[in-house]
Amino acid sequence: MEQFASIALEDGRVFHGLSFGAEGEKTGEIVFNTSMCGYQEILTDPSYRGQIVVMTYPLIGNYGTTPEDEESRGPQVEGFVVREASRLASNWRSRETLREYLAMRGVVAVEGVDTRAITRHIRSRGAMKAIVSTLDRDGARLAARAKASPGLSERDLVREVTCQASRTRSDGGGEKRFRIVVVDCGCKASILRLLEASGCSVAIVRADASAWEIMSNKPDGLFLSNGPGDPAVCGYLVSTVRDLLDELPIFGICLGHQIMGLAAGGRTYKLKFGHRGANHPVKELATGRIDITAQNHGYAVDPASLDPEAVEVTHVNLYDGTVEGLRFKRAPAFAVQYHPEAAPGPHDARHLFRRFVDMMAERKGMRLP
Amino acid sequence: MPKRTDIRRILVIGAGPIVIGQAGEFDYSGSQACKALKSEGYEVILVNSNPATIMTDPDMADRTYIEPVTADVVAAVIEKERPDALLPTMGGQTGLNVAMELAGSGALDRFGVRMIGADVSAIRKAEDRDEFRAAMLRIGIEVPPSGLASSVDEAMAVAESIGYPVVVRPAFTLGGTGGGIASGEDDLRRIADFGLRLSMRGQILVEKSLVGWKEFELEVMRDCKDNVVIICSIENFDPMGVHTGDSITVAPAQTLTDREYQDMRDAAIAIIREIGVATGGSNIQFAVDPKTGRMVAIEMNPRVSRSSALASKATGFPIAKFAAKLAVGYSLDEIPNDITKVTPASFEPTIDYIVVKIPRFAFEKFPGAKDELTTSMKSVGETMAIGRSFPEALQKGLRGLEISCDGLDARGERKIEGRDLEECLRVPNSLRLFAIRKALRLGWDAGRISGLTGIDPWFVDQIGRIVEMESRLAAAGSLERIGPGMLREAKRLGFSDAQIAAIFGGKPSEIRAARAEAGVRPVYKIVDTCAAEFEACTPYYYSTYDEENEARRESAQKVMILGCGPYRIGQGIEFDYCCCHAAFALRELGYEAIMVNSNPETVSTDYDTSDRLYFEPVTVEDVLNIWEEEGPIGAIVQLGGQTPLNISRRLEAAGVKILGTSTEAIERASDRDRFRELLIKLDARQPPNGAAVSTKEALAIAARVGYPVIVRPSFVLGGRAMEVVNDEEELAEYMERALEASEGQAVLVDKFLEDAVEVDVDAVADGRQVMIAGILEHIEEAGVHSGDAAMVLPPFSLRPEVIAEMVRLTVRLGLELEVKGLMNIQFAVTRDNQVYVLEVNPRASRTVPFISKATGIPWAKVATKIMVGCKLQEIGPFDFPKRPRYAVKESALPFARFEGVDAVLGPEMKSTGEVMGVDDDIGAAFFKSQLAVGCRLPTSGTVFISVKDRDKKEAVSVAAGFQKLGFKIVATRGTAEFLRRAGVEVEQINKISEGPPNVLNLMEKGDVHLIINTPSGKYPRKDEVRIRTTAIRRGIPLSTTMSSAQAALWGTDRLRKSGGRLDVLPLQEIFGMCEERHADRRAEALAPPPPVG
Repeated sequence: MEQFASIALEDGRVFHGLSFGAEGEKTGEIVFNTSMCGYQEILTDPSYRGQIVVMTYPLIGNYGTTPEDEESRGPQVEGFVVREASRLASNWRSRETLREYLAMRGVVAVEGVDTRAITRHIRSRGAMKAIVSTLDRDGARLAARAKASPGLSERDLVREVTCQASRTRSDGGGEKRFRIVVVDCGCKASILRLLEASGCSVAIVRADASAWEIMSNKPDGLFLSNGPGDPAVCGYLVSTVRDLLDELPIFGICLGHQIMGLAAGGRTYKLKFGHRGANHPVKELATGRIDITAQNHGYAVDPASLDPEAVEVTHVNLYDGTVEGLRFKRAPAFAVQYHPEAAPGPHDARHLFRRFVDMMAERKGMRLP
Repeated sequence: MPKRTDIRRILVIGAGPIVIGQAGEFDYSGSQACKALKSEGYEVILVNSNPATIMTDPDMADRTYIEPVTADVVAAVIEKERPDALLPTMGGQTGLNVAMELAGSGALDRFGVRMIGADVSAIRKAEDRDEFRAAMLRIGIEVPPSGLASSVDEAMAVAESIGYPVVVRPAFTLGGTGGGIASGEDDLRRIADFGLRLSMRGQILVEKSLVGWKEFELEVMRDCKDNVVIICSIENFDPMGVHTGDSITVAPAQTLTDREYQDMRDAAIAIIREIGVATGGSNIQFAVDPKTGRMVAIEMNPRVSRSSALASKATGFPIAKFAAKLAVGYSLDEIPNDITKVTPASFEPTIDYIVVKIPRFAFEKFPGAKDELTTSMKSVGETMAIGRSFPEALQKGLRGLEISCDGLDARGERKIEGRDLEECLRVPNSLRLFAIRKALRLGWDAGRISGLTGIDPWFVDQIGRIVEMESRLAAAGSLERIGPGMLREAKRLGFSDAQIAAIFGGKPSEIRAARAEAGVRPVYKIVDTCAAEFEACTPYYYSTYDEENEARRESAQKVMILGCGPYRIGQGIEFDYCCCHAAFALRELGYEAIMVNSNPETVSTDYDTSDRLYFEPVTVEDVLNIWEEEGPIGAIVQLGGQTPLNISRRLEAAGVKILGTSTEAIERASDRDRFRELLIKLDARQPPNGAAVSTKEALAIAARVGYPVIVRPSFVLGGRAMEVVNDEEELAEYMERALEASEGQAVLVDKFLEDAVEVDVDAVADGRQVMIAGILEHIEEAGVHSGDAAMVLPPFSLRPEVIAEMVRLTVRLGLELEVKGLMNIQFAVTRDNQVYVLEVNPRASRTVPFISKATGIPWAKVATKIMVGCKLQEIGPFDFPKRPRYAVKESALPFARFEGVDAVLGPEMKSTGEVMGVDDDIGAAFFKSQLAVGCRLPTSGTVFISVKDRDKKEAVSVAAGFQKLGFKIVATRGTAEFLRRAGVEVEQINKISEGPPNVLNLMEKGDVHLIINTPSGKYPRKDEVRIRTTAIRRGIPLSTTMSSAQAALWGTDRLRKSGGRLDVLPLQEIFGMCEERHADRRAEALAPPPPVG
């Protein structure tokens, strides 16, 4: 039985399609992602909390879903929009079709709409509030509800996705030379896996953990994770990081990068429609090396706001010149705006985990092979 | 890094003639490379023997050599031009192999030429199977178990150790030539033997077969700073075991999770680095076990390829153009993305549509060849379609393929009627899509279909969506009973109006009208490399049934050019050349050119060629949609071959304005009765003929006109099913077959003019004046299809009054038909100098690019200008070359691809491509033309002669000629006796049936260097076929007509006189710089008559 579903944007633009997930109605910021595969990782990336994600690739769900590819405990998006959802899953690892997966987990999902038209709309008007609904088909009413919904900067989404309580991960594999604390702002599972694979044992703390709590773990390094929403809302975390800047090596990814920019006294601003995809070229200024990167962010650090004595911009996005990486000149700390853990996306920048490890080793006076 | 300043002159090697496995895609990449290098200020020297290419247009390179692409000839060019660098990666396998030979022979070192892009060691690592394997193991990438063999015995031993089935892959060959899958010892013995002979170094790889695994390809680019990006992923619809050129392929990959895709991407990056391709593009193939996800690397092409052309068209990322820029030192981030202008090329394209490529086959052309798809490529062309769903793209592709179906429909399914369905699914073949359709319709389980075919369940399910929609439509029964919603749904699944009409039993125009009323219209979306993340500046469109239309209505004066669709035998790159020139001409005149085509192997579908590109099937429905969207002033249909012509009447009826010669005139020339009236009116002779719809009628006509007669079904392309028959028995047998196949259409019976010389005359006309563009004398006598015949410009044996008569008739026909644009007339000249008109084609013919290259005048451009209203006088003056030279056109034939098919020329066209040999001397020009198609005429050795009785007299002078040059002549009894009586010294050998020593033994030993063997009739004796197929297999020069034997004699003679040296001369010198005027007869023959009117 086909069920209708609609999307309305706060500026009144409405698209009618069909539901392929759960029944319901959700509001959020509407954004698009240009990755051609990796939809399950996208669905489960906590950075998408508060957002309705439109996939630009039209055929989604072809290879189904598998528990192995979850980036967190289940879907995080507010809504999911595709041109066409596959009715059949074909892959040796697949357990459930995407339709089953979304319906079971209560995600409102829309198919059969002109996703390219939505993308072009967002591109020219900017990311905006929107609503997906299987309950109401009245465009004007839906648009009004979208408009009335809280915006990203009115919500502290990080507190919604951070872990309930601090915990230590147990990972039996491999020798662990370093102990690190991960500040969970909505951390992707792949990041934890890669940190562990780099020889770190990981303690996870809530995003609002105090500097004292972090240090009580006696870490060799601090990792600031990715996460959703406006970094400016997370003042508590910014001040914690500021306190710890000279104490230990710090590595930040995505929201973590923005937090470090703020901790350095910089400003962040909202991009018109953000960077979400798996094909963004990022140049490391020192070497000229270009990595094709996975990206998922709507905010960026304003380079003009940074004190050049304290912080150096190390990476830029070749699409639009925005800041993609920072290095602290007086402290062992660096961060990137993109996702070296990829998932989904290219593995070009995985070497950054090694850089973090080297930084901790240097601090400890260790020599690594 | 900025571009290199230590090099100034760059040599680019082209791919030579179009052959199976190496087609128009290399013209696309080669022209892009030439343009890119020239725009960077480098002097470009180009060698390519193929005159039908855009890249050999005199303004594409600075020095253009239309010469054979062989190591010795290219060495001669290097010696003359002294380039600083050689770019070997643009000319396909041919370019790569020649570059390797030049490096090996020391020619590059001798003249200080550096290879750029890929060097010798990288090419060897990628191409040499053993080195490739070792390289993969070094970086921990799995490859299928395999072993090298230099003999059949070694091959058997390898297979024994790794287990059957095995794949045989010869080193350094093209498109899997000489390869195959062996399931047991007998297979392997045969395939290994063939492969060893074809391999450049007598080496084959015997590899564990991964039949049934999924196949993927990645297009990778690397720059001098070691930045590597993936341009496109491609998933093969067909499993391993089917050559990727014969597979339906899909971009991007559909059934890989991100994890699997990224692992493959990592492997591809590691591979291009390990192989050491310094800069440029490579294609890497992988196989994946569908049950476990296990991935192995299959092979790598360290150059641009068919897949890179497809990837460029599929993504909008011009791989060849950028590869050329990377080769001269730029890095990816220094090159702006052509389409967005604001972002750099150092990124990975992401697309928001699905691309399907479907190959086109020509099995019907080669009786005896099996419709079976293997690791040796057999397709002759392809179509690409873009859609927002797989069914949409697939069905657009199918209707663009022009194989008498309007999608995945019942018409297509009829082709497999009566065949065992399970067999059709189990053994890969060209009709497998229709077999899947039928099986699904019959309710076969999708899993079973997937199991039999090895095709991923996802693809089978997508086809299931088409089948389900069709049955829903059929259940509704009529247009009235489906609403606009369902109509739109069907359109979204790619159903054509014709397909829907067939289901309801109506006309396509009714569906069109209903759609218009319901507002179910296509929208056009842009191919932009970035899934709409950035604004696109390039109007490269595809249609789909979605909400938002991105086509920008502009008020400029626009002209639509209809392209030729997929290449096939009879309609090749020549027509794309004409369409490109139309776009160039329109631009010169200030019109906007709208190009419509569906063939990715073309320059016309480069978004740089036209102002607006519509990558769409060239069908009535799709063209009308674009017409309505764009509102151009007219459409050009006479340059794209039969494809646009076949739909021109229907387009006109729907309101499209056809530019140039009227459809009425085109019909007058093709309708048999009206054509006869036309010739009578103009006092022109035609071979006596008639049309028959029964065997009885045919026999009566033949009796009236006299045997032999030439017979063919009406309305065919490329001489399809055309034959010369000699007597009643043969005719009756032919009619039986033909009537069955022609579905009630008449069979045409013409008197066959024996021993006549055939002549092609190409002309342009503006309605008031007619101008002869060129006169081409065929080397083969009438009866060999003009597409296969070797031809010479100017004529070499015709008397001035004969030429004058042909010119007179051409002018009269041009005026009478009010030709506005191009026309081609085929004449036959009998021994008593009577001129007969065989055919008049008031449209561009296959010979237009050849004549353009031979005369230095771009005739298709001239014709286009006429079509939009210019007069010949305004377009001229026409500077014919002041120093006439002989230009010989020769055809490239695909016999080596089809095991066991007889290598004889006849009225049915079989060639896939052409070359041009140019020289002052006709013998040298012929020699070059032969060399360019891979046949090096011997300058000494042994000639074997075996000819039919009628040819024996002529054989005497040829044999005597070769003897005078010091050749030994061998012949079997009949021919030997005849020659001996005429005073020729002959060594007599046994017939094959008489046992050794016979000609086959001599051939196998390499003791025969030229074979002259004319077929004895419609049903050649078994012996002859064995001689000819052995010659093809062993690469021994073979003449199957006396006239080509005569030409071979000239060539050999000339080569001996010049001590084996060939002079090379660039077009720019032929056309520009030589002032002297030759006063001999050849000059008169070439000099065109002034416009008459």
